[in-house]
Amino acid sequence: MGLQEPDPKAGGGWLAKLSSITDMFAYPLRTSHYVELVNPLWTTHRMQARVMDVWDETKDARTITLKPGANWRLHRPGQHIRVGIPVEGRHYTRTYTISSPPERDDGCFTITVKAIAGGRLSHHIVRKLKVGDYIPVGLPQGDFYLPDASPIQPLFITAGSGITPAMSMLRSLILQERLPETVHIHYAPHEFDTIFGRELRQMDAEQPLYKLHEIHTHRNETGGAERFTREGLERLCPDWRERDCYACGPPALLAAIEEIWEEAGLSHRLHIERFRAELAPIPKDAVGGTVRFANADLAVDADGETNLLRVAEDAGLNPPHGCRMGICHTCNTTLKSGCVRDLRSGDFINEPGATVQTCVCAAAGDCELAL
Amino acid sequence: MGNRKPLPVNLTDEQIDEFGREMDSIYYETLESRGDRDRLYILRLIRTQRSLALGGRLVIYASLFLLPAWPHAMAGWGTTLIVMGLGVLMLGIAKILENMEIAHNVLHAQWDWMKDPEIQSNTWEWDTMSPSDRWMHSHNVVHHTWTNVVGKDLDVGYGIMRVTPMQPWKPHYLLQPVYFLLLMLFFEEGVALHEQALIDVLERKKKVRETLPLWKKIGRKVWGQVRKDYIMWPGLAALVAVPISFFVPESPLTVFLLVAAANFVANLIRNVWAFIIIFCGHFPDDVYNFTPEQVEGESRGQWYVRQLLGSANITGGPLFHVMSGNLSHQIEHHLFPDLCSNRYPEVAPRVRALAARYGLPYNTAPLWRQFGTTWLNNLRLAFPGGKLPPEPATG
Repeated sequence: MGLQEPDPKAGGGWLAKLSSITDMFAYPLRTSHYVELVNPLWTTHRMQARVMDVWDETKDARTITLKPGANWRLHRPGQHIRVGIPVEGRHYTRTYTISSPPERDDGCFTITVKAIAGGRLSHHIVRKLKVGDYIPVGLPQGDFYLPDASPIQPLFITAGSGITPAMSMLRSLILQERLPETVHIHYAPHEFDTIFGRELRQMDAEQPLYKLHEIHTHRNETGGAERFTREGLERLCPDWRERDCYACGPPALLAAIEEIWEEAGLSHRLHIERFRAELAPIPKDAVGGTVRFANADLAVDADGETNLLRVAEDAGLNPPHGCRMGICHTCNTTLKSGCVRDLRSGDFINEPGATVQTCVCAAAGDCELAL
Repeated sequence: MGNRKPLPVNLTDEQIDEFGREMDSIYYETLESRGDRDRLYILRLIRTQRSLALGGRLVIYASLFLLPAWPHAMAGWGTTLIVMGLGVLMLGIAKILENMEIAHNVLHAQWDWMKDPEIQSNTWEWDTMSPSDRWMHSHNVVHHTWTNVVGKDLDVGYGIMRVTPMQPWKPHYLLQPVYFLLLMLFFEEGVALHEQALIDVLERKKKVRETLPLWKKIGRKVWGQVRKDYIMWPGLAALVAVPISFFVPESPLTVFLLVAAANFVANLIRNVWAFIIIFCGHFPDDVYNFTPEQVEGESRGQWYVRQLLGSANITGGPLFHVMSGNLSHQIEHHLFPDLCSNRYPEVAPRVRALAARYGLPYNTAPLWRQFGTTWLNNLRLAFPGGKLPPEPATG
């Protein structure tokens, strides 16, 4: 749902002019719908990617190599894409970070996905997706990437599958032969199930400027599990204050990192990529209300914690949506009246005409949306 | 009759409620079981349909290389027409599949549950002159809500025909056998004009100017269809024929007209087939109609009973059901309009058995019987009078 559609009318020049004529042959469809019969990667009405290869990184994480179709735009290392996945006939969308560098010369890119226990979608990607399958993809998005020019000394702090954006950045820097002096602290359960473990260790051995600290959180040699702490940070990277930190991992880790950098007054040097939106605690007195969907001419009751996208879907609507975590803005709509709560910050939005991200907002009293 | 709703069945309110609950459980059980196999069905069908459409048009083009003017041994009108006929048939079947098994059902929101952005009722535009959203109003809202209620359901005779004795006779119905044939041939155009607004204008309830935006919208869709079938495809063939005509004595105009005629026949095939199947849905013998008073305040169970009594099925094999857009399961379609159509064959025996347990008629017969009685009724009802379907024995 709501994967960013490449617009053939934008740019394209002569090709766009030609297709506006050939579309008359295909009316009410577009030429692209028939081109799809020949090769799904040549379509312009939606973008798909072909699964070229699958590779197990660990027992439950798999790297999928994808060949994107026409109108693809190269990503910047660290960016993510939305992927459409049909599970039991239903179409879902999830966001995954690209783990390959944009310098690949075969036009492919990879995503690395860990099957979450009980996660139907990640399980589908890791276990069911086969070479030769076509899946809908969106264009690369996100602002978690290294600056182009300025020489920075990065410190990467990653955990588990949070390695993916850092991996894309490191691979890209090495391929461009402009790797700066880098420190990388990576957390994984064990040595044997570290995603990209071998490649990281090899980089550590071959690249004089790259220093890897691998920390295994499940029973290391001394018998105790090691978590991220200020002391650990001082010990592994004493000059962390002088570095630009790029962090990606589970919410608890990111919260701890944020706190330390904030205390040091260095928040501007900290860049964070989240897997899911971090929600503010919902106050006990939060009340829902009647949500009116103006375009659908429908009104339903909602509580104060269910996101409005979910409320709309439960009411039988099918509004556009993407990441379901407040980053892609596909689900944006306009508040016509009333009040909603942003579940991440806990702030109220009550100005008519304000933009509401339905996937991370809930009703706070009655409200009306332009859905 | 007591104080129960005057439906033409002899059941108590409690029985009808129980009937409705059983019908509900068939519906929800089947909804629950939808999954990947249904998705593959519609995706493969769409793929097949588009391949057939493109293939048909290319075969029509290929037949032009067999025209008698060509100097090779295969050239001749016979071979041209055989190959062209094959292409026309493929295109006609593609249009039938698109209109009936794909678009009609997509527009009923039968596939919205997949949340596939490509297959959504609110964005699908179909290969016919009627704009999707206009048709969805006249069909999904008016016809499926008010099924067979005389005076409410515009599909009872489409405003031009008398299909039940409950419609009072008027002299212009004498001509309805002619309308019947004309509508069969120009069904696509008829559907595009199937608008309450047209009747309002004819009855002078509305001014033409008020309905102008509507006609503009329909006009744009009609133009897109006409441009495709009668300008672009024949035009391209003629354009290619211009340089060839220096070597092969065949005028580009003939080529243009041949392709246009082939497309016209393909549209005609679709029109006639769609008309036959659709007219078998509500107009054969033994289909019930209702008055607005009869359906006032009806319960869910009574609504189910009305859909069952007001629709008729056609018997046939799997291929026939697909080609008829599963409207051969008109009863199931009317009971569960948003259940994906590939599931109708499996719920049909359950519905039939349920109807039998409650002593309700389940109108199903071969195509020749259903369409035969439809036609005979059309002739009979052109004149005053006519017979109503049997009332169930009261007891």
